[in-house]
Amino acid sequence: MSVESIFPRLEPLLPSVQKPIQYVGGELNSQVKDWDAATVRWALMYPDAYEVGLPNQGVQILYEILNEREGVLAERTYAVWPDMEQVMRDNALPQFTVDSHRPVGAFDVFGVSFSTELGYTNLLTALDLAGIPLEAADRTGDHPIVLAGGHAAFNPEPIADFLDAAVLGDGEEIALAITEVIREWKDEGEPGGRDGVLLRLAETGGVYVPKFYDVEYLPDGRIKRVAPNRPGVPWRVEKHTVMDLDQWPYPKKPLVPLAETVHERFSVEIFRGCTRGCRFCQAGMITRPVRERSITTIGAMVDEGIRQTGFTEVGLLSLSSADHSEIAEVAKGLGDRYEGTHTSLSLPSTRVDAFNITLANEFSRNGRRSGLTFAPEGGSERMRKVINKMVSEDDLIRTVTTAYENGWRQVKLYFMCGLPTETDEDVLEIAGMAKRVIKAGREATGRKDIRCTVSIGGFVPKPHTPFQWAGQTDHETVDRRLRLLKDELRSDKEYGRAIGLRYHDGQPSVIEGLLSRGDRRVGKVIRAVWEDGGRFDGWSEHFSYERWTNAAAKALDGEPVDVDWYTLRDRDEVEVLPWDHLDAGLDREWLWQDWQDAVDETEVEDCRWTPCYDCGVCPTMDTEIQIGPTGKRLLPLSVV
Amino acid sequence: MPEGPAPAPVTQRLRVRYTKRGRLRFTSHRDISRAVERAVRRAGIPVAFSAGFTPHPKISYTGAAATGVASEAEYLEIGLTEPRDPARVRAELDAALPPGLDVVDVVALPAGTGKSTALADRLQASEWRVRLDGVAESDAATAVSVFLDAGAVEVERLTKKGRRRFDVRAAVSALELAAERAQDADRRGTEATDAPCAILRMVVRHTTPAVRPDDILTGLRQVADLAPPSPPLVTRLAQGPLDERTGVLADPLDPDRETATSSGDEAGAVDGPALPRSGDAVGVDAVSARS
Repeated sequence: MSVESIFPRLEPLLPSVQKPIQYVGGELNSQVKDWDAATVRWALMYPDAYEVGLPNQGVQILYEILNEREGVLAERTYAVWPDMEQVMRDNALPQFTVDSHRPVGAFDVFGVSFSTELGYTNLLTALDLAGIPLEAADRTGDHPIVLAGGHAAFNPEPIADFLDAAVLGDGEEIALAITEVIREWKDEGEPGGRDGVLLRLAETGGVYVPKFYDVEYLPDGRIKRVAPNRPGVPWRVEKHTVMDLDQWPYPKKPLVPLAETVHERFSVEIFRGCTRGCRFCQAGMITRPVRERSITTIGAMVDEGIRQTGFTEVGLLSLSSADHSEIAEVAKGLGDRYEGTHTSLSLPSTRVDAFNITLANEFSRNGRRSGLTFAPEGGSERMRKVINKMVSEDDLIRTVTTAYENGWRQVKLYFMCGLPTETDEDVLEIAGMAKRVIKAGREATGRKDIRCTVSIGGFVPKPHTPFQWAGQTDHETVDRRLRLLKDELRSDKEYGRAIGLRYHDGQPSVIEGLLSRGDRRVGKVIRAVWEDGGRFDGWSEHFSYERWTNAAAKALDGEPVDVDWYTLRDRDEVEVLPWDHLDAGLDREWLWQDWQDAVDETEVEDCRWTPCYDCGVCPTMDTEIQIGPTGKRLLPLSVV
Repeated sequence: MPEGPAPAPVTQRLRVRYTKRGRLRFTSHRDISRAVERAVRRAGIPVAFSAGFTPHPKISYTGAAATGVASEAEYLEIGLTEPRDPARVRAELDAALPPGLDVVDVVALPAGTGKSTALADRLQASEWRVRLDGVAESDAATAVSVFLDAGAVEVERLTKKGRRRFDVRAAVSALELAAERAQDADRRGTEATDAPCAILRMVVRHTTPAVRPDDILTGLRQVADLAPPSPPLVTRLAQGPLDERTGVLADPLDPDRETATSSGDEAGAVDGPALPRSGDAVGVDAVSARS
């Protein structure tokens, strides 16, 4: 079956939409493989606008790995803006890939990477535009397998009705394994049809096929049990963990778009996983254990990436980048190598630690100096014990003082509001901390132009974390505490004007909470919101709290559950959680104990440097901590 | 605050003619400037940087075509810290840019060239090709003659200074039906070749406010009800000094080429543009479509 490009029909329409360049493809390092020479064809989607989706590492890695394989083809698609959606509906154009502009419905797998739950409505738009039935139950052998991945896929239950399958964890190996299962099934003449291939995938224990599991409920609305409904389907589905990142040095040829995107840089993951143990952090819980990429592989990837892209900024990514065992050597080595080339290095996600200022100096010496951001997360010492963010206020003051002494004039501090056990006083202590920061900065430099920006996000309890049992703080309380904080900062004559405050109102966090910890009944809410025009829920100009609450009231009418039940309610230890059959490797008893420790304000050390505390991941997943130091150094390259 | 050494000075200035072909016509000016900066780095061209807190590469653009408008003749100027052979820069920069952003001509300015030779001053007019799908040639011809016979054609457009009314007729040096219809490579391959399609060729002076091909089309609609059913495909074929007597556009880089040659600067001596000259019929629409 030959599948034609829709570009000839699309092109005349492009002058009428915003930023048409996002729909034309042709990015540097993108590729278009021969359709007819491929047996297994993937359409990869990041369910947000092109400018957000294109830089996504996960999609770029899978795109490259799949396209490297003989007989396999991968193309990309992104959420189209509402103006384009209208143009496509008016002209009967299907959801298309930007690489060869082929209809998404013609591919074998439609793989969607969910970093956040707020992309769920965009999935429905894409399915609908693609002509793929929204509900998995209505699909036939003619439709792609709709597959979810990404962190949100650790609880895919709210979108279970719309998915054929979901995978948990690192995508490299499982994407290839799924490809092989599909290839064999096609070679054999597609025995058993659509269910035939889904069953083969489910039987591996590494692919979750929601329709092979039945969910039963108790009269009060809680889940009674989740059980496989046919032989061969395992009770639990395990996450995937890539060991030895040096064997997977992707992306090798990062995509360089023509359109402007949110991250204009070449990013290298310097390690995966984090065992700092911050209790609010889903990423830190579900990506264990820590696996470092070696200094030599990092150096080679940066060298190749810069040459392939022409980017002027290199981002060294991870969940806590300064924790790499050889980060100082990496920083020094890269700084030396790119001396005088206007190449800057950035280190997102750093901890509050004076050592990081030395690093930051190293990183900015060849290029532009961006601001310094630290994340104490909690305003009070007590709060930080609850969330296990082991940073003292004195540490922070020492760190920012060093920063100001080294020439930085502005630091950004990131906090959360609405954390479990939080009181008004905990939030007000943020103001005290910010004032001390300004005071210390002025004393250290003798200058008046010291600034500090306090940025606050609403806390949302996430699955597979100790806070998965916690009731979410209602948005009225969050908003009230933020107002108190604002008033406290505003009323300070001495320091108030040097402190900026950035925050969002609390309502969107409630919907994020509903989607994070929801079960299959929430699918009806998502569909109702989408039918009512809900799109791009991660964008404040598109998000409508009223639309969500109205849709939830209607869709959950007659059920013993509502939005408050999903979000505000404390769960007890024995309650079956919607994601309990999905295995991130964390021992459930350990998680519960960690939740109790949180309430008791008891801290837990990082297992990289202290004995194992039995979170359960390594033995369950047959993985281990992989860290340096390797003792190796980066050699200077002769830069052309 | 770390104080770096003063940036290396500019020792050579290059003028570059490049294109915006095929789907790359949807790039905005900002898109192009990012793409050029990255291509310069990938190609290892020793671009000079400005001084200051956020150093910028010394690349400047003159009169960029609007998003959605294709072009065979866009210009930029780039300052280098070390002299390079322009022909080599042309090849290397072209290879580093995505297909469609093609570098067709690079000329070095002789040392000591001052502001008096500003490229912008030489870009006095543009030659445009405007393809109107769904418009019969006879209708277009009638509209063109009504337009040319009019003393003035006032149109209204939203400019940066708000809604403005201005005459577009005076800026038009030439406006005619292009003779290329017969050989036109059909960009929408599946269409029947006898579908109506008119192609206009126009030479328009660069004035203030700028008169764009779009404004001329608005004028044609006003004077003769010419209403294309789909968005026109506009391509800039050339820009340069306009000979008011003959109506011909000269190559704006020729003066630099001549000075460079006569001054014996070897680095400046290069071949002419590797591209059909203005007025030649070119099937530019079909270039670099990959799907």
